[in-house]
Amino acid sequence: MKYLIRRLADSLLLLAALSVVSFVFAQLAPGDYFSELGTDPRFSTETVAALRAQAGLDRPLPVRYAKWVRSCIRGDLGYSLAYNSPVAPLLWQRIPATLLLTATATFLAWLLAVPIGIWNATVRGTWGDRVSQLIWAVLLTIPELVLAIVLLVLAAESGWFPAGGMRSAGFSAMDRWAQARDLAWHLALPAAVLVLGMLPVLVRHVRASMLDAIDSPFALSARAHGIPRGRLLFRHLLPAAMNPLVSLLGFSLGTLLSASLLVEVVMGWPGLGPLFLEAVAARDFALVLAVVMFSATFLVAANLAADLLLYRLDPRIRTE
Amino acid sequence: MRIAATLENRPAAMLALVFLAMLHGAVVLAGFLAPYPFAEQHRESPFAPPTRIHFFDAAGHFHPRPLVYGPEGSQTYPIELFVHGRLFGVQEPGVLFLLGSDGFGRDVFSRLLYGGQVSLLTGLAAAFLSLGLGWVLGTAAGFYGGWLDRLLMRSGELFLVLPWLYLLLAVRGFLPLHITALQAFLLLIVVIGAIGWVRPARLVRGVVLSGKERPFVLAAQGFGATDAYLMRRHILPLTAGVILTQATVLIPQYILAEVTLSFLGLGVGEPVPSWGNMLSEARQYYTLVSHPWMLTPGLAAIPVLLAYLVLADALLPDQRYRYP
Repeated sequence: MKYLIRRLADSLLLLAALSVVSFVFAQLAPGDYFSELGTDPRFSTETVAALRAQAGLDRPLPVRYAKWVRSCIRGDLGYSLAYNSPVAPLLWQRIPATLLLTATATFLAWLLAVPIGIWNATVRGTWGDRVSQLIWAVLLTIPELVLAIVLLVLAAESGWFPAGGMRSAGFSAMDRWAQARDLAWHLALPAAVLVLGMLPVLVRHVRASMLDAIDSPFALSARAHGIPRGRLLFRHLLPAAMNPLVSLLGFSLGTLLSASLLVEVVMGWPGLGPLFLEAVAARDFALVLAVVMFSATFLVAANLAADLLLYRLDPRIRTE
Repeated sequence: MRIAATLENRPAAMLALVFLAMLHGAVVLAGFLAPYPFAEQHRESPFAPPTRIHFFDAAGHFHPRPLVYGPEGSQTYPIELFVHGRLFGVQEPGVLFLLGSDGFGRDVFSRLLYGGQVSLLTGLAAAFLSLGLGWVLGTAAGFYGGWLDRLLMRSGELFLVLPWLYLLLAVRGFLPLHITALQAFLLLIVVIGAIGWVRPARLVRGVVLSGKERPFVLAAQGFGATDAYLMRRHILPLTAGVILTQATVLIPQYILAEVTLSFLGLGVGEPVPSWGNMLSEARQYYTLVSHPWMLTPGLAAIPVLLAYLVLADALLPDQRYRYP
């Protein structure tokens, strides 16, 4: 409990520090949302300066930071200059799509990775193991970007899957069941890219971690006691091998979010990725900051959850 | 020395090393090996498929020197060595597109070689920067400890709390966008390199922390060795292994980072090629459906990444310490 409170306080402090650093960095960086206008001859320097003043960009840094914090407390999360609206509604529109995509991909990838990794560990040294190691190594090196582009082309050519997007036209007119089917149909490709990108990493980790468990003395003694193979693998060895895998679950979300950003941009999935990219290109600081803070919070929360899960699962940690 | 021995017993790793050396050599010599300059346009042949190379002409005569057919169909042009100061090529108006041409009729093969200069060099230079920063800061944190250690490690957490692509985009986004290709290239190296120092720094710190308690280091300290001497003589050699294995992990990551940023339009701009901005032309799927050779810059990255993976596996067999 004490541990939990300390971790929570640490995380909050970290996020607060991140927001301050972002503000300072944006201050130091040359240019802001209006600097593009400054190069346009139709806008005089005075107009640009007036616009800047109207948006409050001429205020000193602490004042703007205080304003941002107040806006966060109100639930607005800042004011987007490009969209001319508070950030929060923009963000809430996009977050479900990203969460749906990443959650599906994570779930499927782990569902596949654990049995495959265990199988790979049990056949260590055989030809099957060597071939599958090679396959995983090759798959590991195919960038998600290339994978996404190729799958998109195949989908468009074959017509089996939609070429991007999240919903078909007339989505709102469908009944519940058809809506779910349509969503799953659109979800298949982007999720497949993410799963294929994650799978080799996960399988290699599951394999390595299971190998450690298989080689440990307690596994030998369990086998000597005549415990059946299936029970040995899943009841005795898997829980012992779980420890690094649970931390990996937390860690891998960072990589997953990055991959998801790319996939969303390439495949036109209306998640945070395209919104973030536009905000970066337009230098819409409030929006960039909001997405940055969201992804950081997400990551911190995931790592915290993984650590707590570890605490529940592994008695070795609890005794420390 | 241990590292050299590791590689000797691993034919796959040696092969990877040789492949990487040859590839880097080819890319450095792009100005000589590529048949065309990277920006030379052949407006009359946009999206030309890879040029067929013939040993037999239409009449069935064998030519020991391979030839290509010109744009008008009947005229043949032999492939010549050492033309226009380049290794091989054909006389105008014949064209030699080994991997086809892009929308402006620029030779994809030549651009792939020149683009490799940007992509591979970014990976190398950014990794060098990251490892240098990570080594200096990690050694300082581990060796001196105390408030410096806490400050460095806590501020390092700020870099780890964001998904790497989000961090990269956010930092890149606030730096100037309309700059020359050279400035963009240098900026990419600095941005990619500077935000990646934390992981190597943490690893180095760990090694230094355990290293400075080793008996021979304590003994040297007891004999009155200065900090500078200790670091140079005892601590630096200890960290070499970590730095080298980190290099095999970081370089491919950073090559991918360059490809990603340029693909998203935040990297090196036209007409200078990089694998990323070449790939972004293939982004419209109808381009790729009818011109599959436009995918080659993406495919080119795969053997490079595979070679680095083989090297990393050879140097550090247990991949759990590498991820993420």
